[in-house]
Amino acid sequence: MSRTAVMALMLVLAIYFMLPLYFLIVAATKPQGDLASTSGLTFSNFQLFDNLHTLFTFNDGIFARWILNTVVYAVLGAAVGTLISALCGYALAKFRFRGREFLFSVILGGVLVPSTALALPLFLLFSEVGLVNTYFAVFLPSIVSPFGVYLARIFANAAVPQELIESARLDGAGEFRTFFSVSFKLMSPALVTIFLFQFVGIWNNFFLPMVMLQKEELFPITLGLFTWNGQTARTPLLQESVIMGSLVSIVPVIILFIVLQRFWRTGLAAGSLK
Amino acid sequence: MTDIATRPTDAVSPPPRGRRRPRLDGGGPRAGTIVAFLTPFFLPFVLFYLVPVGYALWQSFRVVRRSGGQYGTSYTTFGGFEQYVEVFQNDEFWASIGRIGLFGIVQVPVMLFTALVMALLLDTHLLKLKGFFRTAAFMPYAVPGVIAAIMWSYLYSPQLSPVVDLLNGIGLKPDFLGPGAVLWSAANVSTWLWTGYNMLIMFSALQSIPQELYEAARIDGASNWAIAWRIKVPIIAPSIVMTTVFSIIGTLQLYSEPAVLRQISSNISSTFTPNMLAYTVAVGNNYQQAAAISVVIAVITFVLSFGFMRLTSKRAGL
Repeated sequence: MSRTAVMALMLVLAIYFMLPLYFLIVAATKPQGDLASTSGLTFSNFQLFDNLHTLFTFNDGIFARWILNTVVYAVLGAAVGTLISALCGYALAKFRFRGREFLFSVILGGVLVPSTALALPLFLLFSEVGLVNTYFAVFLPSIVSPFGVYLARIFANAAVPQELIESARLDGAGEFRTFFSVSFKLMSPALVTIFLFQFVGIWNNFFLPMVMLQKEELFPITLGLFTWNGQTARTPLLQESVIMGSLVSIVPVIILFIVLQRFWRTGLAAGSLK
Repeated sequence: MTDIATRPTDAVSPPPRGRRRPRLDGGGPRAGTIVAFLTPFFLPFVLFYLVPVGYALWQSFRVVRRSGGQYGTSYTTFGGFEQYVEVFQNDEFWASIGRIGLFGIVQVPVMLFTALVMALLLDTHLLKLKGFFRTAAFMPYAVPGVIAAIMWSYLYSPQLSPVVDLLNGIGLKPDFLGPGAVLWSAANVSTWLWTGYNMLIMFSALQSIPQELYEAARIDGASNWAIAWRIKVPIIAPSIVMTTVFSIIGTLQLYSEPAVLRQISSNISSTFTPNMLAYTVAVGNNYQQAAAISVVIAVITFVLSFGFMRLTSKRAGL
């Protein structure tokens, strides 16, 4: 294949991947009336800041609440999840004990259990203990990531030399001290990768909050925008807020991903060792 | 949670004095310490992964019966495979499996082939602006399925879409939300979302192949084409198998994309995919039937993903 043909093919694909984002940016700057009456690919009346204002004031500013909720579920949830995955993966990699391989294969089985399959039974269990319609209903199941443990075990094996642990033991350091003061630092690039994977998992998991939550104040952004999108037939003005809200919520994540790209590649390379 | 994580720290004592040799075997931390490392993960793992799986299984073998005719009180009892028989006799279940099967047979190969071609091109010297192309393809991965489907639904909508305008301009009358097309419109959203992610997995695998391998082939006169398909693709086969398995799992779980398109298209029913069917049945308070559907979906997922892994490892001569 010639260079020109390769370049042309890649350009077409790049346009395909960027088109919806470009459309979203253009649409976010328009007044609602212009969405249908002007071409979706060109700018018309510039109303970006009015649209932002509407987004954050509509329904007593519930959108800001949804952002906060998403941070609690996805950022805090992924941080807690990364910590417990790291502890577990490290123990499975560095400590020898009976049943270790069995525990690891149970976790590997868990990697294949899709999170959507768990949502409905979790709903039934949580409704029996009164956890439905609370932050915990989404937060608690989200912190569990078998894939995170799998990655943590690989990374602990690769990044933490056994001799270092042995010498820390000889110096009289407890296992937790060794973990937090020595191993944690050595594993930290890998922990960023685990965090990112888990963040995406929670950020993408729409089915769980959909099943668990009825109170709008508890919604993550995805469920909130989905609800608004369902109301646009009755309230067409909401369309502009759905568009603006989509843009506001994905731009920071896209920037974060581009900045942290090298962590993705280490993680994906490790994942493909399987 | 924090209580469990920190409590055993106090129990950690310095190793016994007078034992200076490194312990080669049988040494290491005491059992309590190991438990303290494992519990913060395993406690929620058991509660929110294993217990729900067990609970769904148990529920799927229960039925609701009424004592004393239609107006009697209802009670739940053991029903054997009754719920499963009902699942297999449900035409809507088979229709949803049929849709998802068609979706998977077309969408997964199209997506993975595109990802593979992009990864191979990024790994050659033929291409400039590699960083830009890699980033452009990977960007959609940051967008959640719901928001991706909302964005695309604007591009499908006859009133708002610039794509529809362009196609109208050249005399085509596309109906992205029509009865025949809407499944492929949903498939397009999945392809847009996941191609770059799969590409990056394959690309990472390609990057770890030592360059010397190609030099020998080049000396023998192999073309770029031959190097790509005869050397690179076979070496990264495990990554391709992994992306296929994850794609099969993802396809069987499909929910958000069709749920969003359902908001603007009457051609998506509330039982369009198996997961939508399970949700609809659960909302109708038939939890036992919903549990049976979930179990059947999970079993199909396991059989397909393990089956595919076995099949490919056998063909590779292992």
